[in-house]
Amino acid sequence: MTINETQDEIIEEFELFDDWADKYEYIIDLGKKLKGFPEEQKTEENIIKGCQSRVWLNARQENENLIFEADSEAIIVKGLVNMLIRVLSGHTPKEIAEADLYFMDKIGMSSHLAQTRSNGLASMVKQMKNYAIVYGSIKS
Amino acid sequence: MTTITEILDIQAIRADFPILNQEINGKKLVYFDNAATTQKPTSVINAISHYYNFDNANIHRGIHTLAERATRDFEASREAVRDFIGASSIEEIIFTSGTTQGINLVASTFGRKFIKEGDEIIISGLEHHSNIVPWQMLCEEKGIKLKVIPVTDLGELNMEAYQNMLSEKVKLVSVNHVSNSLGTINPVKDIIDLAHSFGAKVLIDGAQASSHLNIDVQELDADFYAFSAHKLYGPTGIGVLYGKKEILNAMPPYMGGGEMIKEVTFEKTTYNELPYKFEAGTPNIADVVALKAALEYIAFHGKENIAAHEDMLLHYATEQLLEIDGLKIIGQAKEKVSVISFVMDGIHPQDIGVLLDNQGIAVRTGHHCTQPLMQRFNIVGTTRASFAVYNTTEEIDRLVAGIHRVKKMLL
Repeated sequence: MTINETQDEIIEEFELFDDWADKYEYIIDLGKKLKGFPEEQKTEENIIKGCQSRVWLNARQENENLIFEADSEAIIVKGLVNMLIRVLSGHTPKEIAEADLYFMDKIGMSSHLAQTRSNGLASMVKQMKNYAIVYGSIKS
Repeated sequence: MTTITEILDIQAIRADFPILNQEINGKKLVYFDNAATTQKPTSVINAISHYYNFDNANIHRGIHTLAERATRDFEASREAVRDFIGASSIEEIIFTSGTTQGINLVASTFGRKFIKEGDEIIISGLEHHSNIVPWQMLCEEKGIKLKVIPVTDLGELNMEAYQNMLSEKVKLVSVNHVSNSLGTINPVKDIIDLAHSFGAKVLIDGAQASSHLNIDVQELDADFYAFSAHKLYGPTGIGVLYGKKEILNAMPPYMGGGEMIKEVTFEKTTYNELPYKFEAGTPNIADVVALKAALEYIAFHGKENIAAHEDMLLHYATEQLLEIDGLKIIGQAKEKVSVISFVMDGIHPQDIGVLLDNQGIAVRTGHHCTQPLMQRFNIVGTTRASFAVYNTTEEIDRLVAGIHRVKKMLL
């Protein structure tokens, strides 16, 4: 599945919700389901400091593709992180670097990427792209 | 159950604040982020637009009618501030951009001139970053030692430890009147008297106190008192630094430029008199003028009446919140203003903030620019609800119901 196909799939899932609470309950559930991030990976190097909550991000390469793992102290951020990983992880550095992440806006969650939230999520997206650029350039 | 005979007509007061009359995410707005900034009454908003519609001109020195009007209103505001804090002279009232600038001004001028290597500065564990970092910068530059008054489990200052810290080496004590994170009212009169007995000067950060408590700088005998207009129903971008005249006179200027000079030649410049010596450049005239409207708004309703209403809200909210399982209030000082910080078992403050916002309730979450204080309590942050004159018990009921909903969603 391409990055955009996954994004469209998420948008479709969110169309089922007509109420903010349902939407957030789904995101909270995704947060709870996010695969455990190993404690030993919660290093200074992997941390993305937000004003409100911390996010940890780790990237590794498998064959041609970049694999992301992440975690957060806050469950809603964790749910959003889960979706970002679902969209971006497992793609090539080039695809990730060039990805246009429109799904957050379409599902009404773009405010979480806004600077006022200061939750590290916007920095995490930037960091994912940076990893893609770095891994992409190593390869070439 | 708290009962009190309300002197104020809160519904009429609410009508003075147009911003409150709106829906957020489809629900009636509940604004509980007043410790960050209060909303502005129509009289303040109108004062700003009136100034730009009819009186705008650069102040002082202009000989035309508009310059006279703008100067008159600007200086009338200074006199209103003098009266508001009980200063003896308008020369002691310096307009700044806010509390932060006031503290930085003292650090850069008084600090640089009068505090030397080997001297000590005392702050407290309750301070906002703006009353920590300027002193750290000064200490680093000059080899001064920074000491911190510890905070008790209740969120009060440990006064015994403070007394033991004092010595002839201490040149300045800088503490807040009220803690922005916990709402604790500090015994600033005692802090000042003790510091003075060792010859140290005292700066009081009054950012959180100015809208809740009566302030009398002469009775306190404070050497400096700094606060911001936007936390007392006034505009953003301006604040006040009070300083005792003899100290201000001894201090070098902060910034150089227009307004702050008496005479300039390339050989030597002589500085203007107080307070203009510290007001280089064209100030934020419109907002200074509107500050007077904010002070008049407070005076019209009576600070005691406002404080009584806020106190009722504080007690009501404390009772109601403590009934929620797993909720713990951080900061249980005996003397508090209407600020409640709390944490909840197993829930990150940010999640509470997001889910309350979806219910139209504005609170603040995070470390509130007091990271050392959060470390003291071993927490990442709190959720803070802070009340102002226009808040009601019905709104507190909305908050309590909102938190129950958050719990249901998250746990």
